[in-house]
Amino acid sequence: MNEHVKGPGAPRTLPRESATFDAYTLSEIRRAAATGIYDIRGAGAKRKLPHFDDLLFLGASMSRYPLEGYREKCGTGVVLGDRFAKKPIELKIPITIAGMSFGSLSGPAKEALGRGASAMGTSTTTGDGGMTPEERGHSTKLVYQYLPSRYGMNPDDLRKADAIEVVVGQGAKPGGGGMLLGQKISPRVAKMRTLPEGIDQRSACRHPDWTGPDDLEIKIEELREITDWEKPIYVKVGAARPYYDTALAVKSGADVVVVDGMQGGTAATQEVFIENVGIPTLAAVHQAVKALQDLGMHRKVQLIVSGGIRNGADVAKALALGADAVAIGTAALVALGDNDPRWESEYEALGTKAGAYDDWHEGRDPAGITTQDPELMKRLDPEIAGRRLANYLSVMTLEAQTIARACGKSHVHNLEPEDLVALTIEAAAMANVPLAGTNWIPGKTGF
Amino acid sequence: MNASTQSHSFDLATAKVRDLNAALHALKEGSNASLWRVSNPRGLHALAAGLDAPVTVEIDGPVGYYCAGMNKQATVIVRGNAGVGIGENMMSGRIEVEGDASQAAGATAHGGLLFIRGQAGARCGISMKGVDIVVGGSVGHMSAFMAQAGTLTVLGDAGEALGDSIYEARLYVRGSVKSLGADCVEKEMRDEHKAQVFEKLKAAGLEGQVDPSEFKRYGSARTLYHFHVDNASAY
Repeated sequence: MNEHVKGPGAPRTLPRESATFDAYTLSEIRRAAATGIYDIRGAGAKRKLPHFDDLLFLGASMSRYPLEGYREKCGTGVVLGDRFAKKPIELKIPITIAGMSFGSLSGPAKEALGRGASAMGTSTTTGDGGMTPEERGHSTKLVYQYLPSRYGMNPDDLRKADAIEVVVGQGAKPGGGGMLLGQKISPRVAKMRTLPEGIDQRSACRHPDWTGPDDLEIKIEELREITDWEKPIYVKVGAARPYYDTALAVKSGADVVVVDGMQGGTAATQEVFIENVGIPTLAAVHQAVKALQDLGMHRKVQLIVSGGIRNGADVAKALALGADAVAIGTAALVALGDNDPRWESEYEALGTKAGAYDDWHEGRDPAGITTQDPELMKRLDPEIAGRRLANYLSVMTLEAQTIARACGKSHVHNLEPEDLVALTIEAAAMANVPLAGTNWIPGKTGF
Repeated sequence: MNASTQSHSFDLATAKVRDLNAALHALKEGSNASLWRVSNPRGLHALAAGLDAPVTVEIDGPVGYYCAGMNKQATVIVRGNAGVGIGENMMSGRIEVEGDASQAAGATAHGGLLFIRGQAGARCGISMKGVDIVVGGSVGHMSAFMAQAGTLTVLGDAGEALGDSIYEARLYVRGSVKSLGADCVEKEMRDEHKAQVFEKLKAAGLEGQVDPSEFKRYGSARTLYHFHVDNASAY
């Protein structure tokens, strides 16, 4: 009998949490059991996914020749929509602001986005809920989204826009519609959407008057006719089958294709949907580019990539893989001040913490951004927040330029897949670039 | 037509849709070019789309998709059948189809009158947002799906799932309804509703031809206005 294995000092196995039933999963099971309803939240996928972090740039050494970082020019301008439109959009930087609705965001937040983007010579995008004077007034270039719900859609705003984005899908929820809970439906939001105040709004998941790419082609023709062929027409898809969706968007006549990966945000959708539907942004870029190349339309129809873009390295990597520009949503909100630790005590009161707050649909955003509460809205100064966004866009651009120069490029669009390697086999396979230190692209031969 | 009114003819056998729409869009406020006759439409798409002037456009023959889309102010008369989405998202004015209309007639339309003398296909008035739609014949399945506001007056019958997920639109059907969609119920037809039907029939030029008391009224039960797990079986 070993007496030393008993008693207070006896060795014991440490408590071990299941990797499958981890603390978050257990809490969600308990929450589901208590409420009987799935969780609805905002933001994008939170699980770890293959991402641009899994790629590295090959700065120039012997076989390539770099440009001086603080001396030689590196261009960042991009023209979007010169396929059919009489008035293409010219942006000074290849970073745009993704569509986010008035209703989901407050008026001052939309104004701040317009101020920040305009200061940097780039565009903002409306969202599910129509165009507001705040946004049109402060965005020198504004993309008007044509959404399945068609809330607030009217030809006057269509003609006021600089481009039209036909939204077919969204990265956080390809195939799904949104849910704006009643507490965010102020009288103004209700009026814009032609719905009673205070009811939950379930946005449509598909366009009511067309059923596929053949119809979309005719719909695009109608939008062009209404706007006298002036505006570029974007088609936005949630990344799921980006090769075919991009090809069909091109076939339908899109000037610009927007591919939104599963790290893309949302105002409010089922958690199970956000985390389990769609493919990562990294995986979508190559497929979308390949579709354009196979059709001989790469650089003729521009590609905007979005979903989890955070810094200049992400921008540079997306461009190197063949995108013409990127769009940011969640990152722009953070730049404005969302999830800021200064509101920590209030996040705690809501049962969460700064950096994790995602119940944007409840309208109680302490930062005053994703809310329609007049008192909370006052917390956001649109001028200050706009400056913050401009600073952030400026930093991202500088970062992308510095990487591009190191790769010997005088324009960020000259970055190419040959400038990249992958850290993981998964990323190498998804992005179609070699594993670092090898010439091996999974699925292809190499050495 | 007063003496100063000018009429224009447009033959789409030789001219392009773009030319027609560009000419109509170029009309200035107060223009007296108020009557436009369009021949040989041959099912072409987006005819007379995006108008914003008090003109009358008479199209002599069948039109394709999205004829008079997003119309404001104009009167567009189609002397033939209409394809998908006639008058989609119209804001005001009047659209009249002398024949039948395909699916999604008046989709998401905000205002004005869409009058279809013949039959309308599936999803007539889908997601309508304030338009008045009058259909002389019957409407297909899923008509007024997610209809938000406005009126749909049907002199014939309605197909399956009428008014599914309806919000505040009012549906008046004279004939039979194959089935009602989620949250759509028959409601009492009071005098004010008969008066409203009369008003819509009159707007379509059908007053005196049909008795408003022959219609039944359908609308939202409003039980699904808030998402609640107890209603999950309704979806």
